[in-house]
Amino acid sequence: MSAILQGAGAGAAAALTPFNSIDSNKFVAPSRSSLSVRSKSYIVAGSDDGTNKSFGSSSLIARRSQPLMIPNAVTATKADTAASSTSLKSGHELLLYEALQEGLEEEMDRDPHVCVMGEDVGHYGGSYKVTKGLADKFGDLRVLDTPICENAFTGMGIGAAMTGLRPIIEGMNMGFLLLAFNQISNNCGMLHYTSGGQFTIPVVIRGPGGVGRQLGAEHSQRLESYFQSIPGIQMVACSTPYNAKGLMKAAIRSENPVILFEHVLLYNLKESIPDEEYICNLEEAEMVRPGEHITILTYSRMRYHVMQAAKTLVNKGYDPEVIDIRSLKPFDLHTIGNSVKKTHRVLIVEECMRTGGIGASLTAAINENFHDYLDAPVMCLSSQDVPTPYAGTLEEWTVVQPAQIVTAVEQLCQ
Amino acid sequence: MATAFAPTKLTATLPLHGSQENRLLLPIRLAPHSSFLGSTRSLTAHSSRRLNHAHATRRSPPVVGVQEVVKEKKSINSLLITKEEGLVLYEDMILGRSFEDMCAQMYYRGKMFGFVHLYNGQEAVSTGFIKLLTKSDSVVSTYRDHVHALSKGVSARAVMSELFGKVTGCCRGQGGSMHMFSKEHNMLGGFAFIGEGIPVATGAAFSSKYRRDVLKQDCEDVTVAFFGDGTCNNGQFYECLNMAALWKLPIIFVVENNLWAIGMSHLRATSDPEIWKKGPAFGMPGVHVDGMDVLKVREVAKEAVTRARRGEGPTLVECETYRFRGHSLADPDELRDAAEKAKYAARDPIAALKKYLIENNLAKEAELKSIEKKIDELVEEAVEFADASPQPGRSQLLENVFADPKGFGIGPDGRYRCEDPKFTEGTAQV
Repeated sequence: MSAILQGAGAGAAAALTPFNSIDSNKFVAPSRSSLSVRSKSYIVAGSDDGTNKSFGSSSLIARRSQPLMIPNAVTATKADTAASSTSLKSGHELLLYEALQEGLEEEMDRDPHVCVMGEDVGHYGGSYKVTKGLADKFGDLRVLDTPICENAFTGMGIGAAMTGLRPIIEGMNMGFLLLAFNQISNNCGMLHYTSGGQFTIPVVIRGPGGVGRQLGAEHSQRLESYFQSIPGIQMVACSTPYNAKGLMKAAIRSENPVILFEHVLLYNLKESIPDEEYICNLEEAEMVRPGEHITILTYSRMRYHVMQAAKTLVNKGYDPEVIDIRSLKPFDLHTIGNSVKKTHRVLIVEECMRTGGIGASLTAAINENFHDYLDAPVMCLSSQDVPTPYAGTLEEWTVVQPAQIVTAVEQLCQ
Repeated sequence: MATAFAPTKLTATLPLHGSQENRLLLPIRLAPHSSFLGSTRSLTAHSSRRLNHAHATRRSPPVVGVQEVVKEKKSINSLLITKEEGLVLYEDMILGRSFEDMCAQMYYRGKMFGFVHLYNGQEAVSTGFIKLLTKSDSVVSTYRDHVHALSKGVSARAVMSELFGKVTGCCRGQGGSMHMFSKEHNMLGGFAFIGEGIPVATGAAFSSKYRRDVLKQDCEDVTVAFFGDGTCNNGQFYECLNMAALWKLPIIFVVENNLWAIGMSHLRATSDPEIWKKGPAFGMPGVHVDGMDVLKVREVAKEAVTRARRGEGPTLVECETYRFRGHSLADPDELRDAAEKAKYAARDPIAALKKYLIENNLAKEAELKSIEKKIDELVEEAVEFADASPQPGRSQLLENVFADPKGFGIGPDGRYRCEDPKFTEGTAQV
């Protein structure tokens, strides 16, 4: 406990940009204090837990205690304590969009059937630069600039996947994929089943979504809630350069159709990632900060709001366990369940709308599976059921802010 | 960009390509005996004027009606098909017809359910195109897909079983009438929503091009996408015409214009009912052909498929055809005029081919009868097979949801759901 408080103390003193002044171009993930990881009496599914982050620079330096992700569901892994933070494994620093690009490029090098299609992915390099330079390297057919016809080019990607290619379909903004809903629901999700298993659809559908900086209602949508009922697809959300690259690679290698949700405001996160090759498990959640008092489940950008709130909470004497669920469909009920069994209190913090969002499904799943372990009702903090307004102040009030998270935790832990 | 769809190519003596611009002034003239009720004489005259004008400005690629050409070829006494080819075509059309008639019977006997859309009357289109394809070429269809699957080579047994919902069906009973898929025969479905198959077909064509240009494989595979007149007012159609022409994808868009989209007449739904004209708007040839004549369809198909194989890009082929039955077996078919139905019944493609084969001494009545008998037995056997096949068991419920069943995720106990023994029984909690 004391180690954490000390770390937190040190953390609080460092320059943490207040939320209001975070500029999307210079967005920096709030660094966490170093922490000690207790020995666990349960088995953690997943192996990239217990990341050690230290203060100081504007970059987020992560130390990984094991080089490769072990894809098995059950692994006994323990992260080392802060004391050995000097043993930084060799790695290179990059921004999240570069990590995505790296993963994409590695997979394209590895398998010539992997191709990219989308608007402005080729010559323009992608509206968020994820595919920058790839068209020069791989050619205009492998990195295909499509006309503006989401439904048709998504369907085209699906047809290509059925006939042996492995396309990555980019939605310039996830919201645009609403136009491709027909193809994503009927063909992407269902064709493997309706064809009796004859055709696989190994596509990756990816793009930036979420609430940005005054982008307006249509460009600030959270499509994960709309897609979650589609049978036959998997959905993952990346939140750090490490898991962005790992999930990108895993999604490309998966035989299932995977929708990879990126967030507009997270593309410039900086982190050091391993030089050696690794993939992240698509179905696993990520333990961000182990704790004892309360389980906070989150994903994508809200992870950072949660971690910011966590600092305040730690100062106030709370010990939150923060899990980045990462896999939006299916939920990693093992990691989540183990946490619930330990803390008995759950707070879900998400950017989805109140109604029918990922949080709503997660609340139902937790209540159904872990009802006996709960000391308090599951609380879910979501965005308001409001089209995201343009005005900055209004926009701020539609999404969950760290202060609300702190209040909710205090409420739940009474 | 789009090459001349030169009519003279079809006669042996003239060069395949080259400056045939004069020829391109051939207006679209429908042969007098075919009263295509979908387009009146005035529309036709109007279009031919337009075509001349368009040519004068040399903007649109040439479009040609094939009927004139085929008549020309027939008159110089060279037959369009050999005896073997003729019998293959005949057998395929008879198979399509008998199969669909049997479907109607079985439906009313309660052996198949849901929405069943029959192809009676349109056999010339399926046979005319698909019998020119190789096994590795792809076909994409709509919900009216039984006969496309049969023409492509899927066995009658597999299709009938699928309709009965049995495990031996081509999709294990999971697809049904509107989802005929076969990986072996490259039948890429079977789609319930109109238009949603066209992008898939475009993707299959893209695959071919990718294999050739990126993977440097020898790939000449083409894709044929079948869809109806109603679909031609749908955005996906236009989006795909654009992409296919833009990248010169090896695809043939075949419009089975049977004038009716359930109860909506093509004329009431479409501002310009001449669908073939929409091809040149995107930079590809648009061809109109008599879809009740399998030989004419075949000639057009040959040219279109060859174009695609050579890497010259897509073609839009509008086949004037008609469905003798209602939209589906649930459709009372009350809106269509009896006179219209009678007119097209008189142009039954099977009767037409039979007449051609006999008149040109390619086959005898007895041979054709024996083919009909053989097909009857084949279809009966397919029904028996389907009847005798088992229905899917509970364990099949979750099997094909994911290609990689890890997609069902990790359960509370830490194991992947699919490792749960109850999973294969289909009773596991997902």
